[in-house]
Amino acid sequence: MKSPAAPAPVTAPHAHAPGGVGEIMWTVILALVPALLFGIYMFGWPTLWLVLITLAATLVGEAFALRLVGRPVGPTLGDGSALLTGILLAMTLPPWAPWWVGVVGGLFAILVGKHIFGGLGNNLFNPAMLGRVMLLIAFPLQLTTWPDIAPLHSAAAPSLAESLAITFGGAAIDGVTGASPLGHIKTALTQGIGVSSSAPEVYSFIDGLFGSLRGSLGETSALLVLLGGLWLLYKKVITWEIPVSMLLAVALPATLLHLVDAERYAGPLFHLTTGALMLGAFFIATDMVTSPSSRLGQIVFGAGCGLLVFIIRTWGGFPEGVAFAVLLMNAATPVIDHYTRPRIYGRDRQGKPLNYDSEKEGRS
Amino acid sequence: MKLTLFRGGVHPPGFKEQSASQGIENAPLPARLYVPLQQHLGAPAQAIVRRGQQVLKGELIGRASGPISAAVHAPTSGTVVAIGKHTAPHPSGLPIETVVIEADGNDTWCELHPCDTPFDLDPDAIAAKVGEAGIVGLGGATFPSAVKLKLKNRNPIHTLIINGGECEPYLTCDDRLMREESVAIVEGVRLMLRALEAQRALVVIEDNKPEAFAAMHAAAEAVSEVEVVQVPSLYPMGSEKQMIETVLGQEVPAGGMSSDLGVVVHNVGTAFAVHRAVRFGEPLIERITTVAGSAIVKPRNLRVRLGTPVEALFAYCGGIKGEPARLLMGGPMMGQVLPNMQVPVVKGSSGILALTAQEVNEQSTANCIRCSRCVRACPVGLVPLEMAGRIRVGDFKGAEAWGLRDCLSCASCSYVCPAHIPLVQFFNHAKGELTARAQADHKAKETRRLAEARSERMERIKAEKAAAAAARKAARAKKAAEEESAAPAGDSETSTEQKETSA
Repeated sequence: MKSPAAPAPVTAPHAHAPGGVGEIMWTVILALVPALLFGIYMFGWPTLWLVLITLAATLVGEAFALRLVGRPVGPTLGDGSALLTGILLAMTLPPWAPWWVGVVGGLFAILVGKHIFGGLGNNLFNPAMLGRVMLLIAFPLQLTTWPDIAPLHSAAAPSLAESLAITFGGAAIDGVTGASPLGHIKTALTQGIGVSSSAPEVYSFIDGLFGSLRGSLGETSALLVLLGGLWLLYKKVITWEIPVSMLLAVALPATLLHLVDAERYAGPLFHLTTGALMLGAFFIATDMVTSPSSRLGQIVFGAGCGLLVFIIRTWGGFPEGVAFAVLLMNAATPVIDHYTRPRIYGRDRQGKPLNYDSEKEGRS
Repeated sequence: MKLTLFRGGVHPPGFKEQSASQGIENAPLPARLYVPLQQHLGAPAQAIVRRGQQVLKGELIGRASGPISAAVHAPTSGTVVAIGKHTAPHPSGLPIETVVIEADGNDTWCELHPCDTPFDLDPDAIAAKVGEAGIVGLGGATFPSAVKLKLKNRNPIHTLIINGGECEPYLTCDDRLMREESVAIVEGVRLMLRALEAQRALVVIEDNKPEAFAAMHAAAEAVSEVEVVQVPSLYPMGSEKQMIETVLGQEVPAGGMSSDLGVVVHNVGTAFAVHRAVRFGEPLIERITTVAGSAIVKPRNLRVRLGTPVEALFAYCGGIKGEPARLLMGGPMMGQVLPNMQVPVVKGSSGILALTAQEVNEQSTANCIRCSRCVRACPVGLVPLEMAGRIRVGDFKGAEAWGLRDCLSCASCSYVCPAHIPLVQFFNHAKGELTARAQADHKAKETRRLAEARSERMERIKAEKAAAAAARKAARAKKAAEEESAAPAGDSETSTEQKETSA
């Protein structure tokens, strides 16, 4: 942003709070690192390759776009925003997805998701989610192939050579895949199998919490993602409004419907610890660029995201809906911002000056 | 007391420890004093001295002109050596009319009119004495105090708020004054209460000044109508509207004044000056100024004669370390850059700061990432990022629709912006632009009105002329007809000719 009045005179304030855009981005990245490393550990070498390829794609995309519009590349790459997009995208992909999924997704997220709109701060949609949804629609098979948990050094883990074949050689991994818990109960329901019998086959609360379930990296350890999110809250990088309202908007209807019909509807703990809900609530919906700016707006936004997640999971065609929910609410952000403007001092909600007489009556 | 803290606000580091422990000292009297005739909001004072004239300390040298103006007095005895333009403490750095006095070193007072029984004075007499003393708001706004003491004539005033918030970082002049002159301040407050015919006074002090609170509390203990209130330290607590909201739980209606609520706010320094003026007859010729900042060798609180060049203060405080990034008058949140070191201390100079680059923390701006920290920091409830987005593309009307006119320019938004976007600078620019446009609009309308009035007038004159001509013609025709009827037939040709000439 450039000042319209050039040359700008030096005017107040002559002090500034510490920190900057780069610091915010790097703090978020740091908060994701534990869950990311844990996920890589749980799914082995192919995952590491995928993460590295996705990150490289976003960084190359960012550098290319910046070069194209003639902006300095170094400082903007250094602010960590493209890297963060890459990490978030990688964390929502199937851990053993082939290399080109990371490349196409990363480039799409940065170029179409971000730079088409004018770069950092101008995009309407969350770039990482845009990348993921494009991939999901264009390559549904690759995006729904979930490998079994195979921690590094475990017997089931692919060797270095096997991992290269999986990521770069298109090796078939059919024998070691299955559905994610959300997908499993959805399929079971269509076959007339109730949640109470289908869920325990693939899910336990402890596994969901600590992350030994099938899914993307960001879907494995709900606990590590939650801890990262709480740390961001503590560091005041994010605020409570979006995560709390989003989690509540999933947990409340889940509780209610579970009480009504436990066979048809999974309970709140199942919802909170499966899928990308935790990641979405703390790291994706809280993306500042694409969420509303007022406190009330953020609560509305978070609640909208949560409700949509619940609706898509429960009645939609896809087992998981975090990406769709966030993108839909991103589209609603300008409208939410318009209707949730804070009341201005000395004015009522409509913007009319407060009435002296009513003020006086209020006092007496 | 129940407090309703205002929304938003920021907690800039106070840096008050630099100077808070420094008791008030007298700054040395400089050889020459540069006394600007405009040290207040409103019309400049009119000089009533000439070059070469001897003046005594406290003598009137500039008379207030117009309803909103303030008198200016000689800060010491000496000779007027020049009346002319001198650089003023104003961001433009443009010179303004200044009386230069060469001190004779005797510092001889003119004849003062003390009053031993100030509480027997009637309210208007107190306001008049305050006006004569040239007292203005010493918190930095410099609005003529006497005008505010007469606000009761507009609307009854029930509460006087004494602003001892001092929410700007570095500044400790009010803190020191409250610690050292609490009894005098309380008397000043009581005099102002009398002038306003108000029932109670609230002295509001931020909780980062416990000593000042204790001193004021002790001084006001026996005075039932004066209550001392401690409030959280939160910038901009010292803003009139935010302070009223905090202690009274009421908001000043948009476009209105605090007196609409029956409230008037004065600074603690002003209360002290009122005490000196009414009891001792002393005009405002000095003030307490904090000299601080990490580039100052020995930060201090100084009793400074108005008109003292700031370089004399720097010299008295041990000089400046290294290369200061910025020299300021006022606090860092809303203060102004000093154009040079010859600028004099004026009535509104609460602080003279020399800040290092580290303190200023200026960085190049990045893109707005809509983090909404500015929204949370705004004490008014504005959405700075939306306003800035509109101003950036020249949509000033759009920014106005988002509440630009309600912006206090407190700079909380700029302070917190992680992208270092100069938000408040945008808003000040846009406000100026809107005002200029409104003026241009008004001028155009006025010009059109006058032009229309003129053409209407011309039309009217033309019509009147035509009517007069027609009347004349009719009269002639009548006369001719009479003649015709009287004269024999065949004379009609002449009458036609006559008609043509008359037309």
